Amino acid sequence: MSYLALSLTLIFVLIPLVLSRTLRLGLEKDTLIATVRSIIQLLAVGYVLQYVFEADNIIFLLLMILLMIGAATQNARKKGASIRGITWKLFITFVFIEALTQSILLGFSIVPPTPQYIIPISGMVIGNSMVLGILFLNRFTAEIENRQDETELILTLGGTPKQAIHTQLITSIKASTIPTIESQKTIGLVQLPGMMSGQIIAGADPVQAVQFQLLILFILLTTAVVTSIMLGFLSYPTLFNKRMQFLKIR
Amino acid sequence: MSQTAILFQDVNYSADDLKILKNINGYFPEGKIATIVGPSGAGKSTLFKLCNGLRSPDSGEILIKGKPIINFHPVELRRKVGIALQSATMISGSVLENLELPLRLQGKTIDIEFAKELLHDVGLDGDFLMRNAKELSGGQQQKLSIARTLVNQPEVLLLDEITSSLDRVSQHDIEELIEKINEKYGTTMIWITHNLEQALRIGQYTWVMMNGELIESGESSLLRNPQDKRVQEFVKGEIV
Repeated sequence: MSYLALSLTLIFVLIPLVLSRTLRLGLEKDTLIATVRSIIQLLAVGYVLQYVFEADNIIFLLLMILLMIGAATQNARKKGASIRGITWKLFITFVFIEALTQSILLGFSIVPPTPQYIIPISGMVIGNSMVLGILFLNRFTAEIENRQDETELILTLGGTPKQAIHTQLITSIKASTIPTIESQKTIGLVQLPGMMSGQIIAGADPVQAVQFQLLILFILLTTAVVTSIMLGFLSYPTLFNKRMQFLKIR
Repeated sequence: MSQTAILFQDVNYSADDLKILKNINGYFPEGKIATIVGPSGAGKSTLFKLCNGLRSPDSGEILIKGKPIINFHPVELRRKVGIALQSATMISGSVLENLELPLRLQGKTIDIEFAKELLHDVGLDGDFLMRNAKELSGGQQQKLSIARTLVNQPEVLLLDEITSSLDRVSQHDIEELIEKINEKYGTTMIWITHNLEQALRIGQYTWVMMNGELIESGESSLLRNPQDKRVQEFVKGEIV
């Protein structure tokens, strides 16, 4: 794409700006901030990626992944602030997901062990895991609040903490993973996924683009389910003490 | 002290820097129906949570039939000291599923005849088994809540204002039911109530609590002739 063509894409920013001004939606400031931030962030990432790809150094690669995990943890932790130690629980979950997916991909030589493959796939894995983490924590904290009576009832009847929180945990895991599973049912019919579209536009063979997209979709399934389950099982014990007493969430 | 169901020794409990229970010393006799009366905020419900192990005292000791509470495994303690709350929380599902809950937590199932017998004990018909528990009336849910607690065959049953939101007829039914269970199983009953008439009618022993303290305890008749000035005011209805 030429720089002129790239500049012309700003028309797609002007349309919402004009509409917002005309209809007094008050979205102009946020639209402009979002546009400027996306330009700066993506350009910066582009240059960083270029450097990392050319350097082909494992330290840079690991730093890049660590940066992604750090940013994802920072973003998701706000939703689980009421759960003790949530920052570390999120960090461990993201590290585990990344290690699991990359060891399968690289261990079975599904993708070549180069930064060009590892970094974009890591971005999708960690990004998806972060969204799932946020969805899970949102639902889990709401379930804990709304079902305190039920939790205490089970404890009073001689249930263990795991039994007392079981329904809330399962409901939250299901609720957070359903969007991923549902969206995969209609994929290709309703929308062409971003990565596949990008590859096709860049001139790749559509069948090969589909193969990579399928790889990503399957990874995202694992990411969704493992993130929710792992976060759930790491989080629930902190809601109780050694005497199996339900602690108030902060 | 062999006839003591629960003994409190210098028990203190605070939450959020607020002293809820202050130096509680007293006991509840075994096999009897005892009541706890006192104005709102006296710490009565918190006392129950300490007995059932849902909370732990900051200091002091609670003994269940002579054994310090700290020496019980929490699960064992909660099965031994059952609690029925005013809210009578029901889990989603049928009456049978609610009755079976305490056993399901132990990986067991309930025998239908046993379930019917329990329902009969609390004055509910066997036909109730398959009804949706959340659609029962307040009184029926309260009876089911008591029956559910009885599944664990507790030695002590704590009843936290279980009739306060019920009409007179249901109140009377539950009072009869508690007396019947006490007679049939010899279960020690401790009942928090706001209703002094009820405490006199059903209780053989009573505690009067105010502002986190145990003010007076003894035979329920003490409510007719209290020694402490604050209790006298409370009995007259001057403190709510």
